[in-house]
Amino acid sequence: MNQRADFAAISNWIAPNSQVLDLGCGDGSFLEFLQKEKPVHTYGVEIDDARVLSCVQKGLNVIQQNLEGGLALFEDNSFDTVVLSQTLQTIHQTEKILREVVRVGKESVVSFPNFGHWSHRLAVGLGRMPVSKSLPYQWYNTPNVRVLTVDDFEKLASSIGLKVLDQCILHEGRQVTLLPNFFGSLALFRVRRA
Amino acid sequence: MSELHLSRNTIHFAEPLPLQSGSMLSGYDLVIETYGKLNADKSNAVLICHALNASHHVAGPSPEDPEDIGWWDNMIGPGKPVDTNHFFVIGVNNLGSCFGSTGPMSISPASGKPYGADFPVITVEDWVNTQARLADKLGIRKFAAVMGGSLGGMQAMAWAIQFPKRLEHCIVVATTPRLSAQNIAFNEVARNAILSDPDFHGGNYYEHGVVPKRGLRLARMVGHITYLSDDDMAEKFGRELQRPNGESNDYRFSFDVEFEVESYLRHQGDKFSTYFDANTYLLITRALDYFDPARRYEGSLDRALAEVQAKFLVVSFSTDWRFPPDRSREIVQSLLSNKSEVSYAEIDAPHGHDAFLLDDERYHNLVRAYFKHMREAQS
Repeated sequence: MNQRADFAAISNWIAPNSQVLDLGCGDGSFLEFLQKEKPVHTYGVEIDDARVLSCVQKGLNVIQQNLEGGLALFEDNSFDTVVLSQTLQTIHQTEKILREVVRVGKESVVSFPNFGHWSHRLAVGLGRMPVSKSLPYQWYNTPNVRVLTVDDFEKLASSIGLKVLDQCILHEGRQVTLLPNFFGSLALFRVRRA
Repeated sequence: MSELHLSRNTIHFAEPLPLQSGSMLSGYDLVIETYGKLNADKSNAVLICHALNASHHVAGPSPEDPEDIGWWDNMIGPGKPVDTNHFFVIGVNNLGSCFGSTGPMSISPASGKPYGADFPVITVEDWVNTQARLADKLGIRKFAAVMGGSLGGMQAMAWAIQFPKRLEHCIVVATTPRLSAQNIAFNEVARNAILSDPDFHGGNYYEHGVVPKRGLRLARMVGHITYLSDDDMAEKFGRELQRPNGESNDYRFSFDVEFEVESYLRHQGDKFSTYFDANTYLLITRALDYFDPARRYEGSLDRALAEVQAKFLVVSFSTDWRFPPDRSREIVQSLLSNKSEVSYAEIDAPHGHDAFLLDDERYHNLVRAYFKHMREAQS
């Protein structure tokens, strides 16, 4: 259960009997975890064939589509919680997807690896792009197309009309309260349209 | 891997069938083929609905001609994605078709002659009603799944609307909630080819001892173009000239078959005109045209699908320009809007509309996984 501490943190923000949409749901691990935690009705969205297949194998509702195209299939406020878990950094159209997320969800959870973690700063300071548990790729093979920090997200959120309801910054599965943009490696924000 | 357990039966229905058109069909026959074994509580039945030119013969070699392999044999059988070791699969030849079920070629009890032009217009909803009566006869209260591609997908969708409690899963492949103007236009060209054939005789060609072959051939040629993608045709035929070995590759400056693609279309047309009935072609293309479940809900597919209880698997193919992914997404969007259970896969395949019948690992693995989970959830 502790393979992804962020699962538990996100789950804490989701009320029982919620309608949940997980964007970039991968192989459906989070939705499977969530369904064991509490009664919820879920859909995942995923582009990758193999991951869509994994979701179907798990018996999850999954919709194959590219998030870059927006969320035209989904109506305004049609989900209690929309989850964008460690997916934001892989999408080119950052502002568009965030606007779409808060349009579709009454509330949303956005998580991403924090580029501002001290080890990443150190790596760049020493002249190399960081490779770490939260950024486990080389610069030439990373699926991440955007790198951002906790502070960057907060600034963008307020500029495009997102209200931050709560946040939880993690490192190695534990919550970081002291200088989270320096000591946290994974950021989770609970947001809605302001 | 065990046996297919193929069994073929003709089932007679004596009770008259009221049709959507308002007319009534007195008794009728349906030919069915079944594969696998119905379990004790009759919960493992899967109904396969066929598209335009197919039949009840879904899987395996035909009992009378071992060369004649079922039209969805790569999908259905022992160890196949729809595994007949676990599921009892039913293929049914639709009413109005020409492979043994009652249709325009059958003798009308009223006249003692073939129905011909007098055979009533049948809709997708009518077919579903006949299939429900079939289920009644077989004692199947609820199908584990109703599944179909193209026009077969329309029937599966209509099942979920008309008999929401009678299917657990609805699998719709390469289909659409309604034909576009372009789709209808292609159908109209095909029908016109048949209607204008001098051998058509207003649909009563049987008594003249002729078949409107030229019309059927043209209809099939037009249809076939819409089943393939541009890339697929380019790949298969390109601009290759049809030349026996050694013959000059120069143009012949004639209107005979010059290009490979012409030869292919003519071959498809010729083959089709020997086994398919022209009146059936008219009937089935019209059923396609009329299908539009949203129509009685002021165009709202959301409302048309509001009572659906079945879990849906919707599959489309990227290069299908006949029923493109956008049409499938409309179905998905309405199911999502109703918070129905739905999964949707868009298979990136080069083969156009025909892809739903072809081997494709991603597509078949997906259907296999879906049925496997269905089985696990049942047990």
